Amino acid sequence: MVGAGAKKTTNGSPEVVKSGSGSSTMLKLKLKLKTKQQELLLRVSILCLVYVLAFITRLFSVLRYESMIHEFDPYFNYRTTLYLTEKGFYEFWNWFDSDSWYPLGRIIGGTLYPGLMVTAAIIYWLLRLLSFAVHIREVCVLTAPFFASNTTIVAYFFGKEIWDSGAGLVAAALIAICPGYISRSVAGSYDNEGVAIFALLFTFYLFVKAVNTGSLAWALASAFGYFYMVSAWGGYVFIINLIPLYVLVLLVTGRYSMRLYVAYNSMYVVGMLLAMQIRFVGFQHVQSGEHMAAMGVFFLMQVFYLLDWVKYLLSDTKLFQAFLRITVTTALAVGAIALGLGTASGYISPWTGRFYSLLDPTYAKDHIPIIASVSEHQPTAWSSFMFDFHILLFLFPAGLYFCFKRLSDATIFIVMYGLTSMYFAGVMVRLILVATPAVCLISAIAVSATIKNLTLVARAKNNNKVAHSGSLKGSTSSSKASSKASLDQSQPFQRNGAIALLLGAFYLLSKYATHCTWVTSEAYSSPSIVLAARGAHGNRVIFDDYREAYFWLRQNTPPDAKVMSWWDYGYQITAMGNRTVIVDNNTWNNTHIATVGRAMSSYEDEAYEIMRSLDVDYVLVVFGGVTGYSSDDINKFLWMVRIGGGVFPIIKEPDYLVNGEYRVDKGAAPKMLNCLMYKLSYYRFGELTTEYGKPPGYDRARGVEIGNKDIKLEYLEEAFTTSNWIVRIYKVKPPNNRW
Amino acid sequence: MKMGVRLDVLVFTIALLSVPVLSDLILSKVDRRIDLTSQIARTTSTLKVENAGNDLVSEVLLTIPDNQAKNLAYLMATSNEGKGKVKASAVSLPVEVVHPKGMPPALTFYSVSLPKGLGKGETFTLDVLAVFTHALQPFPEEITQANIQLVVFSDTAHFLSPYTVKVQSLIVKLPEARIESYTRIENTKIHGSEIKYGPYENLPPFSYSPIGVHFEANQPFVVAQELVREIEISHWGNVQVTEHYNLVHGGARSKGEFSRLDYQSRRYVGGASAVRSLVAKLPPRAHSVYYRDEIGNISTSNLWSDSKKTELEIEPRYPMFGGWRTAFTIGYGLPLQDFLFQAEGRRYLDFSFGCPMNEVVIDTLIVKVVLPEGSTDISVSVPFPVKQWQETKFSHLDVIGRPVIVLEKTNAVPEHNQHFQVYYKFSNLSMIREPLMLISGFFLLFVAGIVYMHADLAISKSSPSYLAKLQWDEVLAVIQQFQNNINQCLTIHDKLEASLRDLSRTGDVQACKAARKAFDGLLKDLSKDLKPLLAFLQSSPQASQILPKVEELVVKEKDLQEKLMAKHSMVVDGYEKKSGGREIENRIALQQQKITALRQEVDDLLEFIDEI
Repeated sequence: MVGAGAKKTTNGSPEVVKSGSGSSTMLKLKLKLKTKQQELLLRVSILCLVYVLAFITRLFSVLRYESMIHEFDPYFNYRTTLYLTEKGFYEFWNWFDSDSWYPLGRIIGGTLYPGLMVTAAIIYWLLRLLSFAVHIREVCVLTAPFFASNTTIVAYFFGKEIWDSGAGLVAAALIAICPGYISRSVAGSYDNEGVAIFALLFTFYLFVKAVNTGSLAWALASAFGYFYMVSAWGGYVFIINLIPLYVLVLLVTGRYSMRLYVAYNSMYVVGMLLAMQIRFVGFQHVQSGEHMAAMGVFFLMQVFYLLDWVKYLLSDTKLFQAFLRITVTTALAVGAIALGLGTASGYISPWTGRFYSLLDPTYAKDHIPIIASVSEHQPTAWSSFMFDFHILLFLFPAGLYFCFKRLSDATIFIVMYGLTSMYFAGVMVRLILVATPAVCLISAIAVSATIKNLTLVARAKNNNKVAHSGSLKGSTSSSKASSKASLDQSQPFQRNGAIALLLGAFYLLSKYATHCTWVTSEAYSSPSIVLAARGAHGNRVIFDDYREAYFWLRQNTPPDAKVMSWWDYGYQITAMGNRTVIVDNNTWNNTHIATVGRAMSSYEDEAYEIMRSLDVDYVLVVFGGVTGYSSDDINKFLWMVRIGGGVFPIIKEPDYLVNGEYRVDKGAAPKMLNCLMYKLSYYRFGELTTEYGKPPGYDRARGVEIGNKDIKLEYLEEAFTTSNWIVRIYKVKPPNNRW
Repeated sequence: MKMGVRLDVLVFTIALLSVPVLSDLILSKVDRRIDLTSQIARTTSTLKVENAGNDLVSEVLLTIPDNQAKNLAYLMATSNEGKGKVKASAVSLPVEVVHPKGMPPALTFYSVSLPKGLGKGETFTLDVLAVFTHALQPFPEEITQANIQLVVFSDTAHFLSPYTVKVQSLIVKLPEARIESYTRIENTKIHGSEIKYGPYENLPPFSYSPIGVHFEANQPFVVAQELVREIEISHWGNVQVTEHYNLVHGGARSKGEFSRLDYQSRRYVGGASAVRSLVAKLPPRAHSVYYRDEIGNISTSNLWSDSKKTELEIEPRYPMFGGWRTAFTIGYGLPLQDFLFQAEGRRYLDFSFGCPMNEVVIDTLIVKVVLPEGSTDISVSVPFPVKQWQETKFSHLDVIGRPVIVLEKTNAVPEHNQHFQVYYKFSNLSMIREPLMLISGFFLLFVAGIVYMHADLAISKSSPSYLAKLQWDEVLAVIQQFQNNINQCLTIHDKLEASLRDLSRTGDVQACKAARKAFDGLLKDLSKDLKPLLAFLQSSPQASQILPKVEELVVKEKDLQEKLMAKHSMVVDGYEKKSGGREIENRIALQQQKITALRQEVDDLLEFIDEI
């Protein structure tokens, strides 16, 4: 592009003007750009439009609600960013947070990926330096859309690298509005994924560029891209496993080259060293089973190089075969022994549960309920593939076909990226995100190649037609001669067919655009802190209960109060309520969470003991019975029982079920009707009429009348309930005076 | 609190015996009225002062016990000299704190300067308005959600004064609700919600008779512990007001549980004294109103506006019970011309000082006026004493920062809602500084882009790839010129055709011939120009790939030129011989075919070269 730009400046048109005579032709010539410049202008303006589009399509939530942070994890990120900008990097790096995981606390600096916070802080400081008085919240809210825009640019260059600039443009346009990506990058969704997808795609692009050119500079750049990715998201493990796999495939298919050697080795070594600088990752690159593949391929590469060299020295093929056998056996043996010793001695840690659950989707369900309980860790349903990819879903195989037709190092990479990430997307809902760039790129190849072929066919005839009209005076015999080269006369319907197909393609693409916009506005732009519903008269009703409760906590409880709630709300309570929590969304200590789960599923007196031992002052529960809000604590309760029971066998899941059925009405299990969670959710709910024509105590979220309407609390008292009863806060009473 | 009052009384009674007579003033008539309908206690007293001595007296002393004085928010004395009910000249008289000698302790004295000295036997009528905050003490101090809020107010039934009071009376106005109890002394009457004490006659100086009223008060006791109002002036036409509130419910503290059910279903039993909503009266034409707090927008607000005022009704996120706190921010923009004026070469802002909400007690009120960057010669005029200092604020595109005038007032009440003025000088030229900065910033950005495009940033000027790139650039430049050349030739070809069409229309053979001659010359020149370019391309190794195409193009173009010329001369000949149009057409038909084909080829070749 730089070269093309340079050319643009040596415009020769003025010279024409100098010697031209007619004034009208002069003007026309002056304004007329060369085809190449036209194309460049078109390309740049399309890219600019795509860049802007990617940004503004993510602003639905800001326009509809306000500029606010969404969901759960982003609140933690926001809180840490705030801390970083206020106290500086050093303090941030050494931050021990006593406000969460009471009484254990959390070493923030050593247990988070700082990439996102540092990025936002740098943008903030930069804007401040340019004397724009922005608030850090605005920066945080708009970080994800900004990086999504940057991703489109990277997608363009990536597409250009693996196919051509047309495919790049299509890829940029597709990824700009693809719902799979938007779901994690709308304004306000200030999460690691927002910058990580950019980093992921950027690293891959740089690596492919390095493999294509064999240039050390690109390899180094990709190592730095990798470093950024490691600093931003735990998904970097995907890179460090995909790239070795790709190298392995190239080796096996006989595509080994010096370019590959340079690219992989320098990227791996530098990238590994850089990644070690992130405290949360530390020495995992040499100590954890998940990173061993990369190291293995690194050594394999050296063996390969050695063999190449020996082959060059030895002229005798037989001798070489023998040598090859010995070397390969030894190398494999040494590698296996090293790995075995490392694992046995505990130097190399085994794979983590999350990694296992990726390879075996049923693993988490049986072994780690806390991973299985997270909704975004569920296996993906077909409908959500359709929802997130729409036409890309069947353009993807078509793109794969084109890739296989024109196999190169780059297309092999994108094929492997696409296939592996598609598999992972099937295992976990949230990994659709990782697959999205690959799917967009491969689909872009399909779209671009198809449309290019079709337009060639359509235009070939067009040219001929021009020739016809140009030679009005000429006889038919001579025009045939000129058109012979460009058109095959035997397929008369080809052109019409091509035009019909083109129209079909445009129809599909425009459907895709409308689908994406609809999905973005309907499904992915709600902050989930503020709930909106349609009122009886079609007006919009806003349930702002979460913030009501958190702000109440912030203002009306002692500053050192400890709040117990299910871990989902931990980050929000610390960020918005500014109070200490027992557990939060960083589910690093399963036992602690199980303790809370046990307290919630015990009788009140037993729970009181647990809460006293944890110094709990307030208990917060989320209850949707009045509004019909279904993701409340009663619906999550079975997970609390399961997680609690996983550590404390005294809690047994069947105690809360009736014939394997989960109920809250009269037929519910007695333990269920008297456990703390039930009591706190339904305290005095039995006196409330929620729906006309239904008995009091009718739970609208579950559509039943509750089974225990006469709830008395002995050790707790209602401290606050929000206006729609969504959040209920109870105060733990101090122990009674003994005399 | 009550104990304190008792102690003070003790002190007074001891002091009474030893007080010297201050001056010869006597108060011939005192009417007091205490309004307790809101949380702010307002005492209106009408004093008729009479000079019984011989000396000219020009000031009157007012006395307030220390424990009340610390709650005194506002004290104003006006002369009540107007005849009848017309009090046109209700000028406020200067009041200041004095410490006269030999007075009993625990009393604060205020001296009111009379407009003119009071001679012997002369009288003067004086209105005194004293406003007290935190004067109503909740009792009991803690209530549950279902309880009503009861408060105690204590004062003296006798007007506390260093002078002898001849006739006096006191009316205590209470809200329309239950009265729990009140102190009964002689001459106490009760009328509905008013308690009347007096008249009492001929009481000596420093008479004190404590009374207490215990009554139900369910009005919200909204106390702003801190209110920061920031008024930012933009000379682009806007005054932006941002108000940060830090509120607490100052009534009886809430204890026990808060039941949303009771609060929702039995509104007036469950939480009668809770603060449900507040109304802010904003100036007319207020726009872009927002209401938010630290964690985001608060959606429970309503806005009404008409030409007189704008009313903003806000509900806190949760109903506020006794002792509960909340904090929020409201902001709005106002048109500049309503508040900014010019006088004597200076501009001044005329803005109201207090809080726009009714009956809110403000413990600390901080008003910040942010002037535009570059304002000089700043001065402030406030109608009552305030603490004042200056700060600097950095906002968008500020270099030296904006001067900020900070005014601090403790214990502010609605009576402080008076206008104050900030005078400053500001040059209109400073207004365009920031847009200019932006423009130059973007300009520099583009310049940098252009420089980057043109500058040669290669580190090694002798590396083969760099040299190859240089050569390639040269080749491209030459090809560009070459293309231009060919394009010019093609334009001339078009003109030749055009001249033929002219000929067929006008039949002017001579003109057509002349045109051909001219074009022929031009074409010759062009082909002359072409030679060095071709020579360069032939010599350059980089151009070897495209050279054959270029040469082919030159040949084809030459061919085309010749054919065209031939056709041209044939047509012209035909006209000269007056042969018919059809005949000419037949004659040139073959030629025309060749020309079309050639033209097509030339175009294709050009396109191909263009693709490079």
